[in-house]
Amino acid sequence: MKIPVNQYTATGKRLVALLNERIVFLDGAMGTMIQRHKLCEEDFRGERFKDHPSDLKGNNDLLTLTRPDIIRDIHLAYYRAGSDIVETNTFSATTIAQADYGLESLAYELNVESAKLAREAADIVAKEESRECFVAGALGPTNRTASLSPDVNRPEFRNVTFEELGAAYQEQARGLIDGGADVLLIETIFDTLNAKAAIFAIDELLEEAKEHPPVLISGTITDQSGRTLSGQTTEAFWNSVRHARPLSVGMNCALGADLMRPYIEELANITDCYVSCYPNAGLPDPLSPTGYPEGPSDTAGSLQSFATDGLVNLVGGCCGTTPDHIAKIREVLSQFKPRKLHDIKPALRLSGLEPLVVG
Amino acid sequence: MSQNAAQQFIVVGERTNVTGSPRFRKLIKNDDFDAALKVARQQVENGANVIDVNFDEGLLDSEACMTRFLNLMAAEPDIARIPVMIDSSKWSVIEAGLRCLQGKGIVNSISLKNGEEAFKKEARLIQRYGAATVVMAFDEEGQAATKEDKIRICERAYKILVEEVDFDPQDIIFDPNILTVATGMAEHNNYAVDFIEAVREIKQRCPGARCSGGVSNISFSFRGNNVVREAMHSAFLYHAVQAGLDMGIINAGMIEVYDDIDKELLTYVEDVLLNRREDATERLIEYAETVKGQGKEVDESTKLKWREGTVEERLSHALVKGIGDFVEQDTEEARQKLPRPLDVIEGPLMDGMKVVGELFGAGKMFLPQVVKSARVMKKAVAYLTPFMEAEKEKNQGSAQGVFVIATVKGDVHDIGKNIVAVVLACNSWKVIDLGVMCSCEKILETAKKEKADIIGLSGLITPSLDEMIHNAQEMTRQGFEVPLLVGGATTSKAHTAIKIAPEYPHPVVHVLDASLVVNVCSNLKSPERRDAYIAEISEAHAKARERFEQGQSATKFLPLDEARAKGVQLDWTGYTAPKPSRYGIAQWDFIDLGKVAEYIDWSPFFWSWELKGVFPKILTHEKYGEEASKLYADAQKLLADIIHRKRFRLRAVTGFWPAARKGDDVVLYQEDDAAQELATFHFLRQQKEKAGDDQTYRCLADYVAESGDILGAFACTAGEEVDDYARSFEEKGDDYSSIIVKALGDRMAEACAEWLHKQIRDDLGQGAAEGFSGKNLLPAAPGEVNEHVAFMIKEQYAGIRPAAGYPACPDHTEKDTIWKLLEVEQRIGMKLTESRAMWPGASVSGLYFAHPEAKYFNVGPIDKEQAADYAKRKGVDDAFVKKWLSPVLAG
Repeated sequence: MKIPVNQYTATGKRLVALLNERIVFLDGAMGTMIQRHKLCEEDFRGERFKDHPSDLKGNNDLLTLTRPDIIRDIHLAYYRAGSDIVETNTFSATTIAQADYGLESLAYELNVESAKLAREAADIVAKEESRECFVAGALGPTNRTASLSPDVNRPEFRNVTFEELGAAYQEQARGLIDGGADVLLIETIFDTLNAKAAIFAIDELLEEAKEHPPVLISGTITDQSGRTLSGQTTEAFWNSVRHARPLSVGMNCALGADLMRPYIEELANITDCYVSCYPNAGLPDPLSPTGYPEGPSDTAGSLQSFATDGLVNLVGGCCGTTPDHIAKIREVLSQFKPRKLHDIKPALRLSGLEPLVVG
Repeated sequence: MSQNAAQQFIVVGERTNVTGSPRFRKLIKNDDFDAALKVARQQVENGANVIDVNFDEGLLDSEACMTRFLNLMAAEPDIARIPVMIDSSKWSVIEAGLRCLQGKGIVNSISLKNGEEAFKKEARLIQRYGAATVVMAFDEEGQAATKEDKIRICERAYKILVEEVDFDPQDIIFDPNILTVATGMAEHNNYAVDFIEAVREIKQRCPGARCSGGVSNISFSFRGNNVVREAMHSAFLYHAVQAGLDMGIINAGMIEVYDDIDKELLTYVEDVLLNRREDATERLIEYAETVKGQGKEVDESTKLKWREGTVEERLSHALVKGIGDFVEQDTEEARQKLPRPLDVIEGPLMDGMKVVGELFGAGKMFLPQVVKSARVMKKAVAYLTPFMEAEKEKNQGSAQGVFVIATVKGDVHDIGKNIVAVVLACNSWKVIDLGVMCSCEKILETAKKEKADIIGLSGLITPSLDEMIHNAQEMTRQGFEVPLLVGGATTSKAHTAIKIAPEYPHPVVHVLDASLVVNVCSNLKSPERRDAYIAEISEAHAKARERFEQGQSATKFLPLDEARAKGVQLDWTGYTAPKPSRYGIAQWDFIDLGKVAEYIDWSPFFWSWELKGVFPKILTHEKYGEEASKLYADAQKLLADIIHRKRFRLRAVTGFWPAARKGDDVVLYQEDDAAQELATFHFLRQQKEKAGDDQTYRCLADYVAESGDILGAFACTAGEEVDDYARSFEEKGDDYSSIIVKALGDRMAEACAEWLHKQIRDDLGQGAAEGFSGKNLLPAAPGEVNEHVAFMIKEQYAGIRPAAGYPACPDHTEKDTIWKLLEVEQRIGMKLTESRAMWPGASVSGLYFAHPEAKYFNVGPIDKEQAADYAKRKGVDDAFVKKWLSPVLAG
């Protein structure tokens, strides 16, 4: 299952070239940066939603429409800190996640506009610094899980179906591509079935397309049990999403770099695509200004060993990381060579919660 | 099979198949999915590597069955561990299945039966869903029976898949059709050989692809004769695996080791399979007659091996494995064995859950398994509940009398009240427990309706005292005559005598602790002792009032100015306030129960059970030791459960702001705007004249610098989950555990405050001197106290965290300011009642004074001068001051 480079867009192909040359840098947290602005309900509402019946504070994705200045500035700050790829502000921009706010009708628009905003920032910095800046359209996990029942007493019950997820993700992916995203990033996957719905939806969406944007995949190991929320081990997770032929696979969120290391190491061994890693700035610490304990040097320090050991190709930050983190990560890691792609032994790679490799 | 081949061979469990297993079909038709799930589990336990699931049956809604069954399997981690093979001849059923699998499974099957277009379309969708697929040797002309047809069709399918669909060859599994031999028809005789030879050839011509087959088909003509069938399966697999067969759909419990097959039988079987003799079939049939009915029960016996253990072992096994089938019969057995139904819960069932908790803690079980265990536990408890209720009723048959008990309006604390209720119920009182935050109207109405013999009121916070007075007044007004009992941490003999008893002309008794309540009640009910007892109480009350009045007149107050002049004198020259990492609110949503539990001060836990002493000495106490140890062990068990199952949800808000002292007030400022006043805290000063050497008249404001200091505040709770969890025990009739849970809730809230304070001191740079970090583990063996925890219990660190409504800051309404400042209710859902009790009950709040010299103290009584000054500072009227400062206000 080789990376389908020949099907990629020209931008996608340039990203592959960059990945072969050096470690590529993602951005850091969006939420952490938004928090700094201490926004109130009115900021989230803006003029357009001032009469919306329910509270909108906390709907960060909506700021794309109501405070685009803030979102653009955050994107700019990350690019200027050294990010090659910045993620669109669309973590919850699906009909499913926006339903919490009664804004499901906005999903497509949120994705188009968010991608445009990021594109705008990318183009500004690309010009300033004469380098290529990429936009990753982010597809978040939604707030529902397709393989877990929310009701202990009804284990067969699901509050979302594969089809519903697929439809929501397809609309999101369409919006992101229409808005100018260079790659699609299915991220913070805690239920692999949700991610499989996204993969299905994207594949279907691009069925007729001549060129495809690369797809990047990033899962979340929720705690030190080494499992995703839906119970899969790292390898079982990889076996479940391999069919997407992703440009990269990796882990983000939930853990700091140190605790994430064993899973990144495992992925680096078992995958034949590029490996990404964007950890939190440690485990949550409410006393620290960002809510997370690690400063730029801490995170960069931990990630350095990932690079010296040749484990990673794409590196960035998740919750609690800032442009300062990215700048430091880039400063420390850019001197190291990226992980080399290697083939994996051909085999029938199946999985339940655990992997089963035949052959 | 040989050992080696067996190791590589993939066993696909076939029993969860309505077409192949009449038993499974029956279960599904009867909608018994629980039992159907057991069939799946049994396959896994018997070593299946993959599990085949099939609902192809005309009368079933196969799509719905597939979805439901796969969703159920997903909730069973033991089963969901392995990949699923979705088996159907209907594409819509396959697709329904694919939409339920988070793992990578196998589709069984697609073929060229309906032409290339349909084949390619399905293959593309399978790719998109991310599955491997079985491809049957079947084309537009039909099923391939001969070696040549099998190879031809498989090779054609392979080319289409790999070249046109870009299907990963590794994800292709051919099924070249295992067809039944020994049917008596000569053209079937070579079917096994055809299959085996075809496998060998296909593996060569189709690199990467694998071969599989439905093994049971081969022996179909011997159905009913398991000895022969198993031998045929094993021998067939032996040869097919050598030819390259990678996997087979078989009954995972029915594979015999090739070498163990009876040699005579093996000869007959291989003659048939390998088509070695014309008369092979006849010879095998003949032999088969002699072994008919000898089917082995290996399957059942290994599956049920665990049933041979003791009832405790069986219950534990059922809990750990989440097996619900036998739990009721085992629970019944345990109930017969143990003296009381509750003993079953507290004994074997809790022990089993402890094992689950330990496995979970050690990462050997994960969440979904634990959820399953809980369901089994629930089932057992539900079974026991009627027995426990019957037991309760039996004890209530001959009631001593009716006792109405409640925690008064505005108060949420009920541990003591619950203990009293249990103690009385055990002594044959009919207890009507109205719960917490109970209005006077409701209490009195109930008392009338139930013809109460005695009313008991409980409260923990000082405003509850006024509510009790109000209750007493109302009882007088409504013409009650029954005795009134008061109790709870804030009540006292003196207060009862001075403030409550005068309001009600009938007996009012303060009950110091629950152990005394039975005695008090029986005295009040006893025709012989009643009058003497009431007289005794009245006399004691009269004496108490006398003493109080003498004391009142004897109490001398310093004029407020003078008291202020004698305040705490700290040297502020060269003082630099510690600096928090950041000002403003910090919200703590993820607090580790296990870490906080290490900070528990256990002594008050025993006090709430009226076991007076200090932990851990209490465990070896002459009188209480034995009970304390039992209680401690039970609490540890519950605590482990609370931690591992995340029964409580700790949450907190803390915050620091720049602050400055202004007289006896402390003003907080906005971080980035020193002119912007955020809030003011008002404090009271010791004023009662002191006789001894200590001539300092303390006020909390004394510990804050007039310029450039900080003040912090916090609120934390173990959550309403404490009460929910406690209620779950109450509903089972298990008051004991319910009370332990509530007491642990309080301990965890306090421990959380201690833990937070440590994080705060570390953040302020004060913690480093303590020799340990708030991030450290502070483990202690059972019955011991970690040295650092002991240090904190003794309050030897710098700074204090006094609470509003307690001795250093007696005014409960100062909590209002904390609530506003920290956005307590919006952020973590803690509320204040009209009496300023915190809801949920297991909650703590207070202020952080960081100065190393800051000490706790008791403000004690104040005079009217200070009260008036306080009212002015706070901007409230006299009535407000009188109401809220009544516990300390003299005169």
